Amino acid sequence: MSYRLGVDVGGTFTDLLLINDDTGATYTAKVPSTPSDSSIGVLNGIDKICRTSGVNPRDIDKVMHGTTVATNAILTRRGARVGLVTTRGYKQVLHIARSYVPGGIGGWVIFNKQPVLAALEDTIEADERIGADGAVVTPLDEASLRDNLKALKEDGIEALTVCLINAYANGEHEERIAAIAREIMPEIPVSISSRVVPEMQEYERTETTVVNSYVRPEVSRYLDNLARELEKRLADDVSLSILRSDGGLSACDLAGDTPVNLLLSGPAGGVAGAIWFCSRGGYDKVLTFDVGGTSTDVALIENNSARLRRETRVGDVAVRAPSVDVRTVGAGGGSIAFVPELTKALRVGPDSAGADPGPAAYNKGGELPTVTDANVVLGYLPADQKLGGDMEIRRDLAEKAMAKVAEPMGLSLKEAAEGVVRIANEHMFGALRLISVEQGYDPRDFALCGFGGAGPLHANALGILMNAWPVIVPPSPGVLCAYGDATTRVKDEASRSLVKGFSQLSIEEVTHILEQLTGQVTDSLSHQGIETADQTITWQADVRYQGQALLLTQDLDREQLAQRGLALIGETFDGEHEQLFNFALDEEHELVNLRAIARAPRPNIAERDYGGDAAPLQDAVVGESQIYFQGADYDAVLYDRARLWPGHQLAGPAIVMEMDSTTVIFPGYGARVDGVGNLLIEPADNNEKE
Amino acid sequence: MAATLIQTNNQPFQRQDVDTVTLDIIENAMANARNEMDAVLFRTAMSPGIREQGDAFPMIANQDGKMVVGQFGSFIYGFMQSYQGTVEEGDVFLTNDPYMCDGAVSHLPDWLVMVPIFKDGRLINWAAMFGHMSDVGGKVPGSLPTDAKSIYEEGIRIPPLKIYRNGELNNDVLDLILHNVRMPSWNRSDFNAIVAACRTAGRRCLDMAERFGDDCYVSALQMMLDRNYTAMREIIRKVVPETRQSFEDYICDDGAGIGPYTIRCTLWREGDKAIFDFEGTDPQAPSSVNFYLNEEMFKMFFGAYTINLFDPSILFNDGFYDLVEVRIPQGSILKPDFPAALSCRTHLLGRIFDVMGGLLGQGTPEAMSGAGFSDSPHFMYSGYDDNGEWFQLFQIGFGGIPGRPLGDGPDGHSLWPGFTNVPNEFVEAYFPLRIETYESIADSGGAGQHRGGNGIRVGYRLLADGEVSIHDDRWLTYPWGVNGGLPGQRSRKELVRANGERQVLPSKCDNIKVAKGDLVIFDTWGGGGWGDPLERDPAAVGTDVLRGLVTVGGARRYGVVCDGRGRVDQAATETLRKEMAEQRGPIEEVFNRGGTLEEIKARCLEETGLPAPRTPVWES
Repeated sequence: MSYRLGVDVGGTFTDLLLINDDTGATYTAKVPSTPSDSSIGVLNGIDKICRTSGVNPRDIDKVMHGTTVATNAILTRRGARVGLVTTRGYKQVLHIARSYVPGGIGGWVIFNKQPVLAALEDTIEADERIGADGAVVTPLDEASLRDNLKALKEDGIEALTVCLINAYANGEHEERIAAIAREIMPEIPVSISSRVVPEMQEYERTETTVVNSYVRPEVSRYLDNLARELEKRLADDVSLSILRSDGGLSACDLAGDTPVNLLLSGPAGGVAGAIWFCSRGGYDKVLTFDVGGTSTDVALIENNSARLRRETRVGDVAVRAPSVDVRTVGAGGGSIAFVPELTKALRVGPDSAGADPGPAAYNKGGELPTVTDANVVLGYLPADQKLGGDMEIRRDLAEKAMAKVAEPMGLSLKEAAEGVVRIANEHMFGALRLISVEQGYDPRDFALCGFGGAGPLHANALGILMNAWPVIVPPSPGVLCAYGDATTRVKDEASRSLVKGFSQLSIEEVTHILEQLTGQVTDSLSHQGIETADQTITWQADVRYQGQALLLTQDLDREQLAQRGLALIGETFDGEHEQLFNFALDEEHELVNLRAIARAPRPNIAERDYGGDAAPLQDAVVGESQIYFQGADYDAVLYDRARLWPGHQLAGPAIVMEMDSTTVIFPGYGARVDGVGNLLIEPADNNEKE
Repeated sequence: MAATLIQTNNQPFQRQDVDTVTLDIIENAMANARNEMDAVLFRTAMSPGIREQGDAFPMIANQDGKMVVGQFGSFIYGFMQSYQGTVEEGDVFLTNDPYMCDGAVSHLPDWLVMVPIFKDGRLINWAAMFGHMSDVGGKVPGSLPTDAKSIYEEGIRIPPLKIYRNGELNNDVLDLILHNVRMPSWNRSDFNAIVAACRTAGRRCLDMAERFGDDCYVSALQMMLDRNYTAMREIIRKVVPETRQSFEDYICDDGAGIGPYTIRCTLWREGDKAIFDFEGTDPQAPSSVNFYLNEEMFKMFFGAYTINLFDPSILFNDGFYDLVEVRIPQGSILKPDFPAALSCRTHLLGRIFDVMGGLLGQGTPEAMSGAGFSDSPHFMYSGYDDNGEWFQLFQIGFGGIPGRPLGDGPDGHSLWPGFTNVPNEFVEAYFPLRIETYESIADSGGAGQHRGGNGIRVGYRLLADGEVSIHDDRWLTYPWGVNGGLPGQRSRKELVRANGERQVLPSKCDNIKVAKGDLVIFDTWGGGGWGDPLERDPAAVGTDVLRGLVTVGGARRYGVVCDGRGRVDQAATETLRKEMAEQRGPIEEVFNRGGTLEEIKARCLEETGLPAPRTPVWES
């Protein structure tokens, strides 16, 4: 027997999913997270899942983990004290932060600038200079550098970053400084920009490398601990892999060296889980939305893989690291509704009641009306639903809170609640449009997938707004991230910045660089135990018109590239530019980055066998409850999802309840259960046709 | 005569009631559409000015030309009144002439594109955007000649014309225009990017009208205008007193030896109406520092400045324009007579915000900030590189945000929202220079309980022979402090020749010959301080010293005695503060301008190394 274990550590709960590789049988568990040291929660969860499933821990030989440890270090500003080495004259590169002030006209009046992650007093300047062409203009003055590094060490820095001007073109001074630092402070981890992110733009490169240093000690500590504990308890040859922001798995030690690549590990797990269920249901183009307590994350899946971007953003920290293109909008279950005195408009969010005090209906001290309260007032979240198994929902408290917006607007409670939900939906809709319509995709070509605790509550409504069908609610939408962790595959990539016009490049040079990069990633995967023959290699180029800021990434086909040369890249770029922006230019193309990506094969996991005949749908009915929809009351049938079976057809109005999530199906819409357990919501007339 | 609107469907829109939730949804969607215009522009534009610095401004107007979302106010209505031709589906209008669009754009480098959006044969919206082109021809690279005596010297003038007609680009006209500029590929791509952004907005408008119904959508836009009217009426009642209050500020000179020019404004309220009267403002300059100030744009600045305090989520628009009246004397530096030169209006455009701050702040001084970084100083460098290729660099400088009620002003930041510096590595990769220094200037922020932000020093090592131009201000008058805060340090420019010879450059100069190896030191100014510096937490002063933002000597302006690591000597600090407080006496003035104009001018040569300019006079 061999088992794989997916573990997702969230803010409130740690979710676990155990899959039997041979039979496809799955077991889930949910335990409270332990924020002070999240490995405790993970180990508790492993105890629990083995106990409840009867699986021998020694049979678990693969652990895949999505972690928010790096993200939390940033959000709570509890990372390492980082020392920074810059080129002389650039000490304040982070302090000035490209002079950017957010907001509109007069925005500076209320601009609250966050402290930098490497303090100015911990920043030293090196006497050295590399030119834009990579040539050494001024050699490195090692003597003064040594003195300054010693002072930094004495001041008590915990991690060191080196980011020199033009190091993307030549990293030799950075390498030398790192070597000297290792002599002077051998115990302190050093990150250098020419390795972490060899890309032009000094501010972004410095910030990215500093973030890497900032989270590195914490992440290493956590991963080392966890790996040690897992080795004690699980199979002797257990492997621990970490899900990166780009949705690829990485061996634990590699992940610990560049933790800046883990910032979106959590959301990437959800998207990977959605890919797992949607792809097996036959949907390869999907828009996903994950509705949590304070925000909603959306992403776009095409050809069974998530769209990526080259930037990762956490709070107000933006770094150059590839991540699943997850956009976040400040609308979730806890988002607070209010009516400003002056305009009498109805606003929802971005302030959130969060987990504490939470929505009014949770009776934990919250008194302000939230989106969750609106869902309660509308009956979408019935009082019979026990959240997480034991939390009671208080409709009276939700109504009392909702009155705070209903009265000033002169609306009934239900009308106001429907307004709150519509506006929250609209925010989510805006985010979904941003990743689809605004990127040149037609949402009607996509299915929607809603998950997270509150996603299935808003799923039907977003399907209507997007006109994207079916709306897929996967099994166990509340632990989908753990599914994603367990079912995704190992991946690594290597890239190089060129920033050269096509006229200065030859196809031989380009191919040569790509082959070199391929060698790097192949070695990396081999190191992680994946045979070269089993690896899939993809080549990519980032291209723009010379002078643009834009980068469009395209996959390169090795054979076509050999036949047609750089012209192929140029033509493909023009076509995509035309599609996105309605124009192409007769300008020189610029090759900015080349990249090679290596992927391991998809895990071979057997399908769950539902077996036997379905019990009648009637057996899944657990009651009836009133809902309010578009200004009228309806009686909705309540179903228990655990008793739904492939082939079952449900007619709206209906509510499907499971341990950690609730799905609403509106009048005029219906849902059916597909072969892998997905709930597919569609307009009733569509369903009848099938 | 007004423009003739040609529609195939002349059925008027029906006003209907829109429920508040739908209204809020449309409001949100309009804000998204505007953000999307920015996104499309920044991704596809090519000149660093637009691409990296974000020097472009989008708007969406309703079918009457009233701006529903945007920043710089309506000009469509004015355009519709003065344009002589037809407005038809498939048209795209282009202009850059301030005198032909009533100052909607205020100098020739700003190209304004206006696109009427039709749905089922009816005009339903306008999308418009203007962006700063790096060059529009004229006498100097960058098209911002300080010494121009008329607009004819400042580049190609484009009257409002149809650059697209019936969806077809007028290539001949575009070719003619691009033939007159120095970097045609940048203009072409920036122009395309602006049109693409407007078309994107157009598609979003059509989507929304389709989704909600034309009448509902059009009615909602009108209600959004009404919402601003109601909100601003309340705000005006709150912040504008009926008694008259005045404030004046200056630009230091016009680059032609005259200055400082006074901008004087008086504000009062009559009923619900706020009146801004610029009587007392100095006459137009013979050079190009004039700012053709559009009254509607000024209303917009006023509204944007105040409404954020009350409902930051509101979609700010034109709806309140009838509540504000702006009076600007003809022939003044804010409303010069044609064909006065206008290209270097950036100093006045920025300074207007200090005038507004000082004017509105007098009623509630504690809520006011010091003088800000009210300019976008320019550095331009052009010539032929080692390969004989023409290069032309245009950079905007940043400086100190003033001390604010909220706290210290950030060092080396931007007054304009969304502007960012062009990455130095980008500049070095594409232009023959190295940026050797890029840091804020210690002690340049005005001392105060809340410190003004420091200005920035940028050291440009030039690697090719060529010419540089500098356009800056506040070299003579000070960025004032408030409520006891001291003024910030003024700006300064110096040229250090390869042979070590040093030369102070005027704040405004063009065509300075430079040689390979020369160094230009470009110092911007600091923000004014807020509140009594003796009240500042000594530990905060110590931290600033440790970080190199304030020097040990500079800490004494706060009455703080400390060492080079910022360790404060508490006893010595108390003694020093006591002494200073006694010597100084109580703080009575709200504004600290570092002396009267006469005093400042008398010290000018000695302090700045440059002669004092002559006072401007109105010709009778």
